[in-house]
Amino acid sequence: MEQSWFMFILSAIIINNILLIRFLGNCPFLGVTTAMDSALGMSAACIFVNVLSGVLCWIFQKAVLDTLGLEYLQTLAFILIIAGLVQFVEMVVQKVSPALYRALGIYLPLITTNCMIFGVAVLNIREDYDFMHTVVYSIATALGFSLAMVIMAGIRERMAIANIPKLLDGVPLGLITAGMIGLSFFGLAGVS
Amino acid sequence: MGPIVIAIGAMGALGLGLSVILGVASKVFYVYVDPRITQVADVLPGANCGGCGYAGCSDCAAAIVEGKAPVNACKAGGASVAEAVAGVLGVSAAAAEREVARIFCKGDNSKAERKFRYIGINDCRAAMLVSGGDKSCSYGCLGLGTCVANCPFGALSMGEDGLPRVDDEKCTACGTCVKVCPRHIPKVVPVSQKAASLCSSHDVGKLVKEICEAGCLGCGLCKKACPEKAVEVVKFLSVVDATKCTGCGKCFEKCPTGIIQSLVFNVV
Repeated sequence: MEQSWFMFILSAIIINNILLIRFLGNCPFLGVTTAMDSALGMSAACIFVNVLSGVLCWIFQKAVLDTLGLEYLQTLAFILIIAGLVQFVEMVVQKVSPALYRALGIYLPLITTNCMIFGVAVLNIREDYDFMHTVVYSIATALGFSLAMVIMAGIRERMAIANIPKLLDGVPLGLITAGMIGLSFFGLAGVS
Repeated sequence: MGPIVIAIGAMGALGLGLSVILGVASKVFYVYVDPRITQVADVLPGANCGGCGYAGCSDCAAAIVEGKAPVNACKAGGASVAEAVAGVLGVSAAAAEREVARIFCKGDNSKAERKFRYIGINDCRAAMLVSGGDKSCSYGCLGLGTCVANCPFGALSMGEDGLPRVDDEKCTACGTCVKVCPRHIPKVVPVSQKAASLCSSHDVGKLVKEICEAGCLGCGLCKKACPEKAVEVVKFLSVVDATKCTGCGKCFEKCPTGIIQSLVFNVV
C-alpha cells in the first residue's frame, strides 16, 4: 500500500463515497432519509453490521474459499454469511441491549438486503486488502454512507415544508436530489 | 467430480454451521415476548399512522398489553378495533365515544382582517415565522392548509373562504391536525357535543371587534343564558363543557357575533 492511511480513509469516506460515487445501498438512501432520526438510526446500524460482515467475509474468503479454490462461490457464500450475521446480531442485541434494539430494531433486518454491506465485502477482496485495511475500509465506507444519509435527510427535511409541484413531490425529487449530491461529490474524483 | 464435491461440501458446511449458530443463538438469546402483543398488533390497522402517540402499531400493541394504553388507544381503528383488542385481552371495551376534529375559528377571509399580504412558503408554520402570521388576530386560522396537507386520512379540505372543513365520516380524531397547527385551532371533541364556541381568541372584546367579525368578545352573555351552567368564560373566550351541554340553543340566540354555534345543525 503506497497510499497513506489518511488518504485511504478520506478516499473511502468522500472521494469514492459508497453511496454517491459507487451507487451501492441506494434503497435506504431513498427509503429512510425522510427524517433525520431514522437516517441516523440506519447509519448507526450500518456502521455496526458493515464492519462485522466485512471482517467475517474477509476471513471466510482467505480461510476457506481461497484455500479450497472456490472463489467463484464468493457471492453465494457472502450473502449467506451476511444474512446469518444480521439475524444473529439482531438476536444478540435484543437480549443484551433492549434500548439499542429499540433504536436500531427496525433497521437491522433491512440491512440484510443493503447492497453496500455486500459491496464492501466484495470490494475488500477485489482490492486485495490485508486485514487492517479491511477493518478500516469497512468503517470508513460506512461513515461515508452515514455522511450521505445525513446530508440527504437534512435536505429532505427542508423539502418537506417547501412548496413542491405535485409531479415532483416525493421519490422523483428525492432521485433528482440524490443525483445532484452525487454530481457535487464527483467534483472530487481523481484526488489522490 | 472433485471440485463439485468440495463446493457442495463447503457451502453445505457453511449453511449448516450458520444454522447451528442461529439455532443455538435463538435459544441462548431467547427473549420472552408476550404472545398477546402479536395478537393485538394483528387486529390493529397496521397503518403505523402514529395517531395514538406511539411509534407504530406494534409499539401501541405492546403498550396496550402492558396496560400503559387503553384498549381503545387506536383512534384510527375506532370502536370495531377497540372491541377486537378487548376480545384478545379478554376484557370488555368500554364504549368510548367517537371523537372528531373541529376547527375553532370562524374568521374566514371576509370576516377577519389581515395585517399584510403574506407571500411565501404555503404552510401555516412558515407563515407564523413572519411577524407571527398575516392575520390581525394572533389566535385565528391562517388558512394555508397545513392541517389539510398533514391529515393522514384525507378528512380535511380547504374551503373557498380560507377555513378548513372537516369530513366527519373520514375523521378518526387522530389529532395530527391539532399537533401540526401552529395555533392549535383544530380541537378534538366528542362527536355528540352539541354546541361549541368556535373561536380561539383570548384577546379582549374591544380588540376582537376591531379585527374580526366572528370573534368571541368574552361578553359572557352565553354564560348567563345557559340554564345548565355549561359555558365558562376563560380569559375572554367562552368555552362549552360538552358533558353538561344539552344543546338547548339558548346561547346561540344570545351570542352577539354568532360564534357559539350548534355543532349538530351547523356542521363546520
